Amino acid sequence: MHFRHILNALGRHRIAVALLVLEIAFSCAVVCNALFLIGNRLERMQRPTGVDEAHVVEMFIGSVTPGSAEAVMAQTRTDIAALRAIPGVANVAVVNQTLFGNSFSASGVGLSDDAKAPRISVTQYMGDANLADTLGLKLAEGQWFKPDEFITEEQLEAGRSGLPVIITKALAEHLFPGESAVGRTIYAFGANRVVGVLDRLVQPRDSGPTESYGYAMLFPVTLPYTEGAYVIRVKDAMRRDAVIQDVLRTLKASGPLRLISPKYAFTLESQRAKYYRNDRAMAWMLVGVCVLLLVVTAVGIVGLTSFWVAQRRRQIGIRRAIGATRGDILRYFQTENFLIASLGIALGMVLTYGLNLLLMAHYELARLPGYYLPVGALVLWVLGQLAVLGPALRAARVPPVVATRSA
Amino acid sequence: MFGYYLDLALRSLKRNRVLTVLMVLAIAVGIGASMTTLTVMHLLSGDPLPGRSAHLFYAQVDADPTPHGGDHREPSDKLDYRSAVDLWSAHRADRQTLIVDSQLKATAPKANMPALMLTMLATTTDFFPMFAVPFQYGGAWTAQDDAQRARVAVISADLNDKLFGGENSVGRTLRLRDSDVRIVGVLKPWRPAPQFYTVAGGRFANGDTAGYFGKPEDVFVPFQSALEINQGAFQQFNCWAAPATPGHLENAPCNWVGLWVELDSAAKTAAYRGFLDNYAQQQKALGRFNYTGTRLRDLMGWLDFNRAIPRDVKLQTWLAFAFLGICLFNTVGLLLAKFLRRAGEFGVRRALGASRRAVFAQCLTEAALIGFIGGVGGWLLSLLGLWLVRRQPTPYADLAHLDGGMFLITFVLAVVVSVLAGSLPALRASRVPPALQLKIL
Repeated sequence: MHFRHILNALGRHRIAVALLVLEIAFSCAVVCNALFLIGNRLERMQRPTGVDEAHVVEMFIGSVTPGSAEAVMAQTRTDIAALRAIPGVANVAVVNQTLFGNSFSASGVGLSDDAKAPRISVTQYMGDANLADTLGLKLAEGQWFKPDEFITEEQLEAGRSGLPVIITKALAEHLFPGESAVGRTIYAFGANRVVGVLDRLVQPRDSGPTESYGYAMLFPVTLPYTEGAYVIRVKDAMRRDAVIQDVLRTLKASGPLRLISPKYAFTLESQRAKYYRNDRAMAWMLVGVCVLLLVVTAVGIVGLTSFWVAQRRRQIGIRRAIGATRGDILRYFQTENFLIASLGIALGMVLTYGLNLLLMAHYELARLPGYYLPVGALVLWVLGQLAVLGPALRAARVPPVVATRSA
Repeated sequence: MFGYYLDLALRSLKRNRVLTVLMVLAIAVGIGASMTTLTVMHLLSGDPLPGRSAHLFYAQVDADPTPHGGDHREPSDKLDYRSAVDLWSAHRADRQTLIVDSQLKATAPKANMPALMLTMLATTTDFFPMFAVPFQYGGAWTAQDDAQRARVAVISADLNDKLFGGENSVGRTLRLRDSDVRIVGVLKPWRPAPQFYTVAGGRFANGDTAGYFGKPEDVFVPFQSALEINQGAFQQFNCWAAPATPGHLENAPCNWVGLWVELDSAAKTAAYRGFLDNYAQQQKALGRFNYTGTRLRDLMGWLDFNRAIPRDVKLQTWLAFAFLGICLFNTVGLLLAKFLRRAGEFGVRRALGASRRAVFAQCLTEAALIGFIGGVGGWLLSLLGLWLVRRQPTPYADLAHLDGGMFLITFVLAVVVSVLAGSLPALRASRVPPALQLKIL
């Protein structure tokens, strides 16, 4: 191809070319980073929790008349028995905090009792013997709590220590890198012996650095319903909503007047959707910005190329008259656009990197993985070729006879 | 002359409609996007109490004696009960108020309404004058009510509308959990953004601070009365040991109370800082504290410390301005194409005696006109954008409206951007040599 001719011709429109190059470069930088941000959000929204979310339903109860601790505990047992009797319910447990819920309970955890030992904040789940099965937790190592290891809330508050603990694999690897955590002791509520390691269980909400999202501990504590929520495992995920209706009806019939409302009954999946709705909204907004940006860039390319085609009508006519085919003219403008886009993309890569550094400094974002660059380049090349097609076809239709007319 | 240029500009815009539409659209979209995010940013970054905020301070001491409760470079965001009450009852500031919010069930006076979950702020009488809270009916309770733990309450305009249909409900009763309280005041609609007086914990929020922009509480009750009414339902900010009874935090090793003070002069502020330091030293001597760090940040300083503007909103603003920048490049390119295509016309004008400056002014007028039309488009698009923001599930959604100032800024920004974009093409156009162009004609 005649690169040199094209470059010569472009040299006559330095400002316009520079503008197009800059526009493409900035678009490239913003689109690459926006795609990266979208990727980040999607990845965040799809993080597994370690819980069998499809089969779990949560029910919070506000208690109008709590009564004595014994009475509440007795009511909890009545409720659980009634809930178990519902056909479609596989298991029921009481847990102190729910995934994607509002409460977050955590303790400082260290490897020594010494007050000066380094500690990290780790979230704690407390629940009865049915909790693991209800949530569908998987054990990677060690064993579940034994039935006689479960204590009551009063015993916990009385400062009973020596409670066994099950921790997550992520926490185990952080505390005991390269070793088995089973049988070791961590210090949270006094000294706690690790009896098992969970495959995965995450914090109820994001708190602290990203890597600590998978740090969690599980303690064997039988709680009354007022200290947390009922988690209910359904047999058939398709019938979750029907089970929620049954649960509401059963609980209303099972005890004294309490605040039992469909507003406090959720499927875990709806809680997940609600928790991530801002991320979803942000991802859609970024998609919108990318699309608008590409449209605006295309408009710029169409506008300037149209201007060039109009300006060069006579030259195009002369080239046609001396033997250039329509295809030659079409390719000329396509090649021209390819060159400009390539320049823009080259500059855009540098800007992309710079913008990423800026975002890393201000938004604790990770470094942009290399594969976003070719993706961004491809998008802008294709966009350029599509945008130039209209004006280039118009140029190709210029009849050779134009050469014989004066401007 | 301006009129003539305007006429020329209009004619020129009509001549090449496609190009004109493209330029106007580019500016409109850029302005629309930036004004939408700028409006949200403006709403969220504003001073919730202009004129008063410099005199309002948030006091912190470090009550946690354990070494592993954070790193102790910063005291906790809230106070423990004893420190809070000690500092408050010393009355060393011009005004001072305690803050604890909680949720509770309330029964409506009308029998046919179900129980409501309300948010309740436990506070003291100074809260209302300190934060310039507007009343519709009645007024604040008295210091005596605070001392006597009176069962009185001030309710929000929203709650008054919901329960009493918006009529004067002063003197009526409301059942909060198991206690009857007498309503002494009804607020006017009041929506500080952010809800600054309960802001805390921003440094642990990973930039997700949208929750600070929620609505104020439904019910305001004297501090001690509220603590009695809603026993057992209080949430700690943090504890350094497990509370004996969760929710009962008065004697618990927990931080959960906020203290705001009003100090009207720099001297008083310095004196109060000294008072806080003394208190911490004295508590250390008593063996209750191990760490004597104290803080007294003013309102805006406290919001900055908590990075109150949600990170996503800042990111969106950056994005929108990058977008506007690209639209600007686009407009420069298109204007250049447009002006250079009319080189012949400018050549004739120059040949007939127009100065370069006149051609330049004519081109800029055209650019400004495009900017103005783009501004109208941008205004409509930002109304659409804000409508979209209002439909988002964020707590500040209801705040997203274009005010007069932002409306003006829209047009100023649009015209400035397009004049900036037009200046380079206009310069090029004004340099068209007359003779050469005339020859081609």
